[in-house]
This record gives sequence, C-alpha cells and structure tokens, in this order.
Amino acid sequence: MSTLVIAEHDNKSLKVSTLNTVAAAQAMGGAIDILVAGANCGSVATAAAAVPGVTKVLVADNTAYEHQLAENVSLLIAEVAAGYDNILAPATPNCKNFMPRVAALLDVAQISDVTSVVSADTFLRPIYAGNVIATVKSSDAKKVITVRTTAYDAVPAAGGSATVEALNAVHDAEISSFVSEEVVVSERPELTSAKVVISGGRGMQNGENFKLLDGIADKLGAAIGASRAAVDAGFVPNDMQVGQTGKIVAPDLYIAVGISGAIQHLAGMKDSKVIVAINKDEDAPIFQVADYGLVADLFVALPEFEAKL
Amino acid sequence: MKILVAVKRVVDYNVKVRAKADGSDVDLNNVKMAINPFCEIAVEEAVRLKEAGTATEVIAVSVGDKSCQEQIRTALALGADRGIQVETSGNVEPLVVAKLLKAVVDKEKPQLVILGKQSIDGDNNQTGQMLGALANMGQGTFASKVVVSGDKVNVTREIDGGLQTLSLKLPAIVTTDLRLNEPRYASLPNIMKAKKKPLDVFTPEDLGVAITSHLTRVKVQPPATRLAGIKVKDVQELVDKLKNEAKVIS
Repeated sequence: MSTLVIAEHDNKSLKVSTLNTVAAAQAMGGAIDILVAGANCGSVATAAAAVPGVTKVLVADNTAYEHQLAENVSLLIAEVAAGYDNILAPATPNCKNFMPRVAALLDVAQISDVTSVVSADTFLRPIYAGNVIATVKSSDAKKVITVRTTAYDAVPAAGGSATVEALNAVHDAEISSFVSEEVVVSERPELTSAKVVISGGRGMQNGENFKLLDGIADKLGAAIGASRAAVDAGFVPNDMQVGQTGKIVAPDLYIAVGISGAIQHLAGMKDSKVIVAINKDEDAPIFQVADYGLVADLFVALPEFEAKL
Repeated sequence: MKILVAVKRVVDYNVKVRAKADGSDVDLNNVKMAINPFCEIAVEEAVRLKEAGTATEVIAVSVGDKSCQEQIRTALALGADRGIQVETSGNVEPLVVAKLLKAVVDKEKPQLVILGKQSIDGDNNQTGQMLGALANMGQGTFASKVVVSGDKVNVTREIDGGLQTLSLKLPAIVTTDLRLNEPRYASLPNIMKAKKKPLDVFTPEDLGVAITSHLTRVKVQPPATRLAGIKVKDVQELVDKLKNEAKVIS
C-alpha cells in the first residue's frame, strides 16, 4: 500500500495541516510520499523532505500551479495518482477546492473530512453538522480522502530525510486564471492551528465591539473566530467563521462570547479540550457543552477578564 | 445566457438530526425538509443575474425522488423559469449526482452552472467541483461575488485569510458561500405562479447515466458526548479555574 499526501503550502512554507494529514496517512499504513505543487516552492519541498516517515517528495514547480488553480492542480494530481492506492489531503479550503476534481477525474468517490481510519477501506466521518458519525466503507481501488486536521495530531516537522524528485509535467487547462488576492496579514495565529481561540457571536452586537476580544487574544496568544450569526449579520468576515460551514477548530481552550450555541456552531468547536462560555442568557445551549460557563453581560465581563489575565 | 442552478432537498437546518438507536441510519421520520441553504443562495444569484439582464433563462435542477419537486417549485417561486427533476431513489453519491448534472449540462448547454458549496446533510462539499472536472469547466468555489463580463466570469472566493479573485472562461461553475447574497422570500403570487411553470422529469436512463455506488454506509452513531461543566459565579472564579484546574492559561 502506498499513500500520496498533497502538501498544503503558500509557496514559502509547509502548513501544519500537511503534518496532520501525514499522521492520518500513517494510520493507513504503507509508504508515504508528499506532492508539492506550486511555483518557486523549493523551500516547501525542503520542509516536506524533513518530515519523518516520508519516503519521497515530488515537486511540481511551475507557474501553472502558483495559485493552486483547481483546474490545473487536479490534472497533475490525477496523473501522479496512478502510482498510489490512497490520495490524502487536509480538508482545508484550498484542498477542498481541487480534491473532488481529482476524484471525478479518477472516477472514484471522495471521502470528505475523515476523522478516523478504521481499516484500509473503512473510515469515520461526521455528517449532519457532526450530530451523526458515519462509518463508510469504500469499494474504490483508489481512495481520494480529505482529512479533518483536528482529528490527528501533527507529526514532527523535522527528523526525516526523504528524497526530492522534480516532476516536469505541466498541466495548464487554460480555462481559469488568477486575478488578485486580498489576504489580511495577521500577527495572530491561524484559527485552525491556534492553541487558544476566542470567538464572538451575535451578542457582540456589531463589528466594532469585536475589538473587545483583541486585548484578551493578545494576552492569550489566541486566534479570533466568530459564529455564523455574527458573519451573517456582517460584523466580521467569513474567514473567521467557526462551524459546520466554516472552520473546524479544536484548540486547548475555546472561549465563546455572546454565542448561543446553534447546532452548526457546535459542529465547529465541540472537540476543543476546554470550552468557556460567556453569555447573559443562562439557558443558552452553549452552556451544555461548556466546561466553564459564566452568565454575565459580556460588555462588563470582557474588560474584567482581560484585566485579570 | 442560460444559467443552470442545482438545488437539493435536505433536512431543515434547524433540525437536530439523530442516529437511530440500532445504528442503521439517521432518523428522518417526520422531520421538516427544506431547500439546502447554499442552494437557495445559488438560486438567488441566478435570479439576480437575470434581473440585471445578464441571464436570459434560469433552470432549476434537482436530483431525487418525487418529493424534491417541492424544492424545485421553491426555486421557481424565487424566480427560476423552469425546472428539471432527475428521478432517483435513495441516497445518490456526489460523483453520480455530478454525472447526472453533466448530462443535463450537455442537454441544456448553460453558460453558468451555480450550485451550493455543500449540502448540510452529507457535508461533502464535492458536487460542483466534480461537475467542473467532468464538464471540463473552470470553477469558482466558495464564491462571495460573481461578475459576468463578455465570455468570462470573475469570481471572488472565500479563502484562508481573505479573498481571491479568479477569471474563468464561460461556460463555468460557481459554488456559493454564505456572503454571496441574502435570498429573498417568495411572495404568495410568485408561489402560485410557480405551480404553472414547466417542470420536466428525466430518469438516469434517459440521460444515459448508470447509478453506481462507491461507498457503503456501514453504520451511524452519535458523536462522543461532552459532559456539561459548571457555572462559575464571576470572572475571578473563571480565571482561577482556567489557571489552577484546567491549567490552560498561566
């Protein structure tokens, strides 16, 4: 058995989600190779080669892959997939974009958001916003899988010495092109890999009030998230959304502020180790999953919390 | 230009779905069904493009048993012009849905196909991308803005940390994210009118697509439950607990 892991990266650094995915690949058994598709991504390949347990790193370094356009990258992966039994990628927005295309090109199913490998062909994955865990068995010879990164602890980033092999195949479907990108550069850790996350909900009342979370986040080294209600209300951008239709997080500490605890929000954070809820409604469902609940007006509690940290 | 919109009948987003006690399936007896929220956003976007004069016709397609005609009618009430139901029974996997939609695309030749990014039952997030691969079309997934100009469409997408804009050759695929638009409510006169709009029914055989199964759902189970914790009386007690009991802050 052999597994190809698709690297998540930004052409400069290898993302931790790749290391979570290698852990899932190890659970499947057999040899593990990593594919890095990008442009001027040599440093990513070097980092991937240092991951313990990896045999070979394949690098497709070409401008056609610079922005990971799904149309191009999927053709490359489908071609490279010929030599592997399993194709694994982290269930990040980027990989969710191209992996189903890979599956369709290979005429196999994709198994999304796998949280556990039961055996070589059987997996657990959450459905219905995580209210149900399904055990699914695949009859495909080749398996295309995205891995829920919070379900696997990252393997170490150093200690390995894989060989690096350049791929010269250039796939440019010529049906899509990159125009522009607006990425907010933040000093804070990424939501999905932060040890502490503090999220605001509709109770924050407006986007301006999210600043109340800043000081606490600074002191705790936390990432800031939001509920779908807060995103829907236009308080904050969608990439801050934690939940079924946003990001799935499982930090050591999750602090929910002014969040009622709708099913779809719980789906994104209930695997956090410690959950704190601050809400003035003592009957809010969020208290049913919180380890520590504080019934209080957040506008009073937050400044006090920040001061006491 | 013609726009094809895919809609799916799913359990209403307010329903908390549970696994049956014997683990054989999820319990969907007597639960409220609705159009998948992301599909509703897709319909709205298509209708807006028609209202802006960019599109000439909006076709709503759904894959499912007869009951999904209800969701097609919802799309028609929101402003789609006609409906297509592909009659299937039981659970149809995303790859097969994509193949059925590809056959509809071949038949109707739309310039734009708009789908929801995921359905809130299976949470797969696959069908649009798979259709893109099968039809060899460019895709703008998780869209927050769609601008058609000439033979291209610019799609702004929600990515990690911000937004990315792509230019796609038409015909192309768009899958919707939450912030693309806010769907309207269907008015009563439009609901009445929708009943008279044409709705064609095809079988997979009509479309030349074989229904295959690649995945078997062996069983379903409830997720591990979390024990409810305690309520603290004030901020000071919260900080003490986090420092000394949970030891997650120092």
